[in-house]
Amino acid sequence: MQGPDPRKKQSLPQRLYRWADTRFSIGDLVDYMSHKTVPIHGHSIFYYLGGLTLFLFLIQVGTGILLLMYYRPGADSAYESVRFIVSEVSFGWLIRSLHSWSANLMIFVAFLHMFTVFFTQAYRKPREMTWFTGMALLGLGMAFGFSGYLLPWNELSFFATRVGTGMVHALPFVGDYLMQVLRGGDEVTGATIGRFFGLHVAILPAVFTLVIAVHLLFVQRQGMSEPIDWEGKPQGEKKTIKFFPNFLYRDLLLWLLALNVLALLAVFFPDGIGVVHWPLGQKADPFTPPPPVIRPEWYFMFAFQALKFLPAHLLFIEGELFGIIFFGLGGLIWLMIPFLDKNSNLNRRSPVFMWFGVLVVAFIVVMTILGYLLE
Amino acid sequence: MKTILLVFTELLLLWAGITGSVVPAPSQSNCVKCHFDNEEENGPAHQIGRDIHQQSGLGCPDCHGGNSALDDMDAVRASSGYRGVPDRLEIPVFCSRCHSDARYMHEHNPSLSVDQLEKYQTSVHGMRLAQKKDRKVATCVSCHTAHSIGSAKLPYSSTYPPNLPITCGHCHADKAYMAEYGIPTDQLEKYTRSVHGIALLERGDLGAPACNDCHGNHGAAPPGIASLDAVCGLCHAIESRLFDGSPHRPAFVAQGLPMCETCHGNHEIAKPSDSLIGLAEGQLCATCHAADDQSKASADILKVSAGLRSLSIATDSAAHMLRMAGAKGMMITDEEFMLKEVGQIRVQARSTVHAFAADSLTPKVEEGITKAEDVRKRAVKLIEEYDFRRFGLGIASIFITLLALGLYLKIRRLV
Repeated sequence: MQGPDPRKKQSLPQRLYRWADTRFSIGDLVDYMSHKTVPIHGHSIFYYLGGLTLFLFLIQVGTGILLLMYYRPGADSAYESVRFIVSEVSFGWLIRSLHSWSANLMIFVAFLHMFTVFFTQAYRKPREMTWFTGMALLGLGMAFGFSGYLLPWNELSFFATRVGTGMVHALPFVGDYLMQVLRGGDEVTGATIGRFFGLHVAILPAVFTLVIAVHLLFVQRQGMSEPIDWEGKPQGEKKTIKFFPNFLYRDLLLWLLALNVLALLAVFFPDGIGVVHWPLGQKADPFTPPPPVIRPEWYFMFAFQALKFLPAHLLFIEGELFGIIFFGLGGLIWLMIPFLDKNSNLNRRSPVFMWFGVLVVAFIVVMTILGYLLE
Repeated sequence: MKTILLVFTELLLLWAGITGSVVPAPSQSNCVKCHFDNEEENGPAHQIGRDIHQQSGLGCPDCHGGNSALDDMDAVRASSGYRGVPDRLEIPVFCSRCHSDARYMHEHNPSLSVDQLEKYQTSVHGMRLAQKKDRKVATCVSCHTAHSIGSAKLPYSSTYPPNLPITCGHCHADKAYMAEYGIPTDQLEKYTRSVHGIALLERGDLGAPACNDCHGNHGAAPPGIASLDAVCGLCHAIESRLFDGSPHRPAFVAQGLPMCETCHGNHEIAKPSDSLIGLAEGQLCATCHAADDQSKASADILKVSAGLRSLSIATDSAAHMLRMAGAKGMMITDEEFMLKEVGQIRVQARSTVHAFAADSLTPKVEEGITKAEDVRKRAVKLIEEYDFRRFGLGIASIFITLLALGLYLKIRRLV
């Protein structure tokens, strides 16, 4: 006598799962994820920032690919193609707006993610490499922003890129050469668009994907960092939830809410709002005088303003070079925090580094505000 | 260390003092040296540094004669060729020694004409100077100055177009000075308020006419009735040509009326508007034409007025809708460009008014109204597109929210 056919009782998703499992043994992966836990405590909300950054990046990849279908790099075609996208292509305005909004929000959330990791000392051993890859991702994200800013080839982006690329000129020995490499010549021209375009759609995405894969691998292998004051706490007193499905579902819920907010912003403010805006405006013309206000993207404003405050000469060097050295050294110290903060490796709080972090946040916030107030 | 710093600072200050306090004399000739020290601050030697002659390498003796190498004034006066300061009545001839010499001018400034004296003698200024020995009329130095003569292209020059109304007004706006001539002195005041004056003096539009563009430079004279439309037509060529073929020209000639001035005035020419045309009280055409005379001319005026008003309403309506679309964040670059085209057609239609024939205006008005309507329709479509976007957002938002709600309930069940 034959028993009931098990396939008849299974739903379609279950059958698909069984189909994949028999071929790729994904049961092992699900088993691994279902045993993985996420700590629950007063600051658990910070764990979602990384996922949110990833979601915004994915939105950018999707919208970026769609923009790529119509965008034409070049001094004679870039501006015209972007104008065509926003005025003629069906939902082109929406795609450009989503791309720009998600780019800005991604940098903002990435900054938040970095500072929450810093203030919870989640960079401590054994997560030094996760911190490094995270910092690399933030740097790459900002490079995405800088290279993408020029691509519409409008008045503002042209002059801001000229100022931005001109700053590397202050570097000793290699400054001149580096500026030429960036611009593809002495001036910002169609050759610069070609370079920035290649950087924006090929080189940076390739490197970013690689680094994000390593970053996620580290996070998955090492799990979420526990709060520093959980050290010595009995295992039974540590409250946790399963990564799969509990944490992942919450992550998804946040992604859906973020998508709703993105759609709202894209429809009501297609060209951005306030200081975060990207109106197409006039086509870039190197022979016209620069607009009265040249400003970089908001996340470069603190550095831009700090450099403006510097006198022409400071100590024995040019003010601009001093600024570059200052930010270079500052960035290096920030990057090496996991090794410099010895207390954190012993699972102890580090008030000195906490105050250093507060100082950095205050510097960024004050300089950014001054940048907009004084322009 | 402190002492070294103090000495260094003092040396710096001394250096700054040396370089900053002494005004170098513009020229090192004996004439300038003596005159600079002995004259007032607005004297010739103080001004000569900006003079185009001095900049071209000419010296004092080239105009005044004498030997500038001598350092005694009496010796200079006695030296060969000394001409000294010319009498006011002699100034035009004094300057023309070089400026009417074609060969000499060709060597120094080939682009400059050599007929200034000839023209000056035909001007009111020149005639009064020659015939009545009137020492108050303008001579070369009245407009060009004596010792800081600059090219009319230089902003500091008294003949630079935006400075010219003040230069002419120096005499012509001075009631006491002009009292004996019996001509008005409000030209400068009126010109400043005129469309030309606002363009030149406020907007710095060097294409706008100054006094000399209508009255002439060296041959300055009020344009006569016969030549007035030719003067205006130098810039307003289309309007002038249309007017020449219009029924107004013979009518104005018959009545001895000046062509353009009759409607537009002279020094205080206002920016024309569509409301000037019509037969109602206060409107320009009503000055000569009656509303109830049943003539073709009156019918034409009403037709032209209605046509321009319709075009104006259509343009304003399109512009209003476009502003609304722009305020909603829609991209209106193409439509703005189209609206500029409508503006251009409107300008052409207003020019066509000078033909004083309603039939020649109608095609332009119709073209403008059609294009303005096209812009308006596109603006309405953009506003509809904006509403559609909001509707689409609402639908998408409801869908996403429902999905989020479902997920939330699922999470609640998991806990």
